[in-house]
Amino acid sequence: MRLIFRAMSHDHDHHHHDDHSELSETELRVRALETVLTEKGYVEPAALDAIIQAYETKIGPHNGARVVAKAWTDPAFKQALLEDGSKAIGTLGHVSRVGDHLVVVENTPERHNMVVCTLCSCYPWEMLGLPPVWYKASPYRSRAVKDPRGVLADFGVSVPKDIEIRVWDSTAETRFLVLPMRPAGTEGWSEEQLAELVTRDSMIGTGFPRAPGAPS
Amino acid sequence: MNGVHDMGGMDGFGKVEPEPNEPVFHEEWESRVLAMVRAMGAAGAFNIDTSRFYRETIPPHVYLSSSYYKKWFLGLEEMLIEKGYLTREEVAAGHAKKPGKALKHGKFDLGQVERIMVRGKFARPAPAPAKFKIGDRVRAKNIHPTTHTRLPRYVRGHVGVVELNHGCHVFPDTAAMERGENPQWLYTVVFEGRDLWGADGDPTLKVSIDAFEPYLDPA
Repeated sequence: MRLIFRAMSHDHDHHHHDDHSELSETELRVRALETVLTEKGYVEPAALDAIIQAYETKIGPHNGARVVAKAWTDPAFKQALLEDGSKAIGTLGHVSRVGDHLVVVENTPERHNMVVCTLCSCYPWEMLGLPPVWYKASPYRSRAVKDPRGVLADFGVSVPKDIEIRVWDSTAETRFLVLPMRPAGTEGWSEEQLAELVTRDSMIGTGFPRAPGAPS
Repeated sequence: MNGVHDMGGMDGFGKVEPEPNEPVFHEEWESRVLAMVRAMGAAGAFNIDTSRFYRETIPPHVYLSSSYYKKWFLGLEEMLIEKGYLTREEVAAGHAKKPGKALKHGKFDLGQVERIMVRGKFARPAPAPAKFKIGDRVRAKNIHPTTHTRLPRYVRGHVGVVELNHGCHVFPDTAAMERGENPQWLYTVVFEGRDLWGADGDPTLKVSIDAFEPYLDPA
């Protein structure tokens, strides 16, 4: 689809009425803006392509999952991670580079953490990729700070009534990553095996890691 | 500003609806909008706080009925027009009518892509000692600026406890209005759910925000 769009936008006066006659008003406006920005010399379309490709391929929950799996198997790393997330992750050469002020918060038998941005959509992109639509939408942003257990129920998730729920509202340039609890029955597993159990939602706090043997 | 973007604690938006196997982008244009915002920001046309403020000033009925990237698009277009990077005529025509304005960091080309994949740095040297320490009780000020702020309405007037000190950061309230970085101490302040939501609130809930020092009074 992207290739088609790019080809069309480089040739926009001729082809966009052919097989894509249903271009929405928004698509047309977005295309117009990009054309103006390009013609005025502000941006290079190939650089925009490269940004998109990077967001589609380089960042994603696989980065966070590796950090979590490492923390589950290496107590010294876990301690460093909880003390200074950005610094600790910076020592892992194989994980995506991370910016400053990443705060890693640990789930325990006494406390379950959830992350939200009530004001916009702040999210640890480098660890989790671009946020899903629900994270940026009104139902989650409005309700997570007031009725987190109701929100968890929407995900089919339940946290025992005697456990503290801690919601972190990302109102500044700090970013929060939840370190979920390691699933039982994974003794002796390698980091790579454990990383397969770590879901995106378990690192936001709206889910748990997969149980061993559960479908991925 | 007390805008509709400040959603914490509002009712009536319905259930959260996770989408299984959600794609990174649902429409091609969404990806172009994301890339344009990132590129023009990196080129120095605006800072992140200004871009947030422009999204917040989208009229409430439009904000609530627009998809996420539509809001990004509307905010970007308006901001670039108001900052003089392009004109309404150019946007309507879909073509440039005159040369571009100089960008602080120059044209965004392929060589710039790598550097934007890591977040910018917001920590700054401290202009003064921190007023609060971890464990201090603080009250979120009852303030209602009509410009950009990161103090959500649902904590204003309430007492919480300082839990973390993140050092001094760029102050969004002034940066968004292009009145300087004005660095301020930034703290994680934690509130009891029942203090925020009353006796019927979840007794096991604690909510924190990251609060800049000017948002807080000793309590």
